[in-house]
Amino acid sequence: MSATTGESTNYHAGPDAVAVKKSRYRRVAKPRGNFELWSWVFMRATGVLLLVLIFGHLFVNLMLGEGIHAIDFGFVAGKWASPFWQVWDMLMLWFGMLHGFNGVRTIVNDYTEKDGTRWVLKGLLVLATVFSIVLGTLVIFTFDPCIDPSSTLSVCTR
Amino acid sequence: MWSWVAHRISGVLLFLFLFAHVLDTALVRVSPDAYNQVMEAYKNPVVGLGEAGLVAAVIFHALNGLRIIAVDFWSKGAKYQRQMFWAVVVGFVVLFAPFAVRHLTNVFSH
Repeated sequence: MSATTGESTNYHAGPDAVAVKKSRYRRVAKPRGNFELWSWVFMRATGVLLLVLIFGHLFVNLMLGEGIHAIDFGFVAGKWASPFWQVWDMLMLWFGMLHGFNGVRTIVNDYTEKDGTRWVLKGLLVLATVFSIVLGTLVIFTFDPCIDPSSTLSVCTR
Repeated sequence: MWSWVAHRISGVLLFLFLFAHVLDTALVRVSPDAYNQVMEAYKNPVVGLGEAGLVAAVIFHALNGLRIIAVDFWSKGAKYQRQMFWAVVVGFVVLFAPFAVRHLTNVFSH
């Protein structure tokens, strides 16, 4: 008996061969691009950047001066008066959120068994990530040190 | 195996904290009082211990992340992964000990 598909006969294949195109035994996936490869590269690149950004953030905010006791509205106003710290915090926010998004995405993919559960969790994840990045970026760049008209900060009394 | 588990747990913890930290910082857009009130909570000794825990999670996740990168990109990375785990442990103590002393002194001396 020869291997036939109903359309054509594959004269080159042996008796057990199945036609390549239409068989349901075909096990070659459609090409999906390199998304997972790039997400793997992204985790390593942003990981190194975040190490520098977050260690710097923790050192300046918690180790220098009075540490955590110095942190209040005036402290934030002092830092965000400089574009250097605005950009630092923005990069930390974006890389941190996207690195975290990708990590949690991997964990959701690993542990969810039902499609429904997986899509609900990933939906919440996308929502939380987009919301934090948009809100955080707006907060950094629309920050107003004199939001309180009776503020005694030096930038507001000048 | 266990460093992989700890990497995942610390990663999820840090993601959740980052989300909360964006929300608490966003209060600077509401009013100075609202922000200062929440910052007072961060200065509470119990929360202060929690912060030390978060920084411990950051340091472990960062150093173990470097170890993962070395395993992936360094030709001898896989061979020395166990030794590198101990390097992570040593690096963790070297970085976390001074931080813990400084931060907990700040937290408990006011």
